Amino acid sequence: MLEITCPWCGPRDETEFDYGGEAHIDRPKDPDKLTDEAWAEYLFMRKNPKGPHLERWMHACGCRRWFNVRRDTFTHEITAVYRMGEKPPGDGA
Amino acid sequence: MPETYPRQGALDHLRLDARAVDDPGDAGVVMCARRFVGKVNLRGRPTKRFREAAGGALGFAPPVKPNTAAGAGGVSALWLGPDEWLIVTPPGREGEVIEGLRARLGGQHAAVTDVSEGRAVIGLAGPRAREVLMKGCPLDLHPRAFKAGDCAQSTLARALVIVHQTSDAPAYDVYVERSFADYLWRWLEDAATEYGLAVIRG
Repeated sequence: MLEITCPWCGPRDETEFDYGGEAHIDRPKDPDKLTDEAWAEYLFMRKNPKGPHLERWMHACGCRRWFNVRRDTFTHEITAVYRMGEKPPGDGA
Repeated sequence: MPETYPRQGALDHLRLDARAVDDPGDAGVVMCARRFVGKVNLRGRPTKRFREAAGGALGFAPPVKPNTAAGAGGVSALWLGPDEWLIVTPPGREGEVIEGLRARLGGQHAAVTDVSEGRAVIGLAGPRAREVLMKGCPLDLHPRAFKAGDCAQSTLARALVIVHQTSDAPAYDVYVERSFADYLWRWLEDAATEYGLAVIRG
């Protein structure tokens, strides 16, 4: 099991969290102007790296806040936790 | 004034009063159902203005340190999130607390909601109370990590709970959603039996 450090509540068990997929995906400013391909790219296409990954988690059983995590998808090592709206520390993923 | 309704505690059907003892003796765990505790959900960004207004109504400022509680005069505020608290009052005093908060917070972007009936409160104390919680709760409850005045939202036997440590003895108040109260009481009773359990009046 992972131990995830909630930016508010500190280290808690993975069972208290919900996973929210890849982080930092901005909704297009003007969806009406997009091609179907560009819309599909926004809606469906996600990175699937073997290595560091920026992703969202939510402390569902605790303070119920969303935040960002940089987790290695191969080793499960969590190397950064930062709040919503903040930029990933260092060079990102 | 809305019509009143026959109010029933979430654990009344267990007839705990009939089992309650006056002196728990050397029981390792002491449990009680706290009936009709007032609970008020308070939301708002903890600006200086907000904290002064809420503090003026409550007699103390809502805590900004995560997972801590503050209180005075029988009323406590439990930190639930960076802009959310659970105000806990003695039975019957939630109305005046709500009125006080609404009067002081008028005009601010804040919300004061009576959620008294939403959760049941189980009091858990005694020298082995911590061991009972540790059987089903992922929190680090060691005294160096969790002590009197700390509170946390987590799971206990898979039910969502708020745990508030009220004394270093230790003693805890466990807030559980009303529909889980029967289940959680039975689970706690089962978990506590090996340490010797006494039920007292709430």
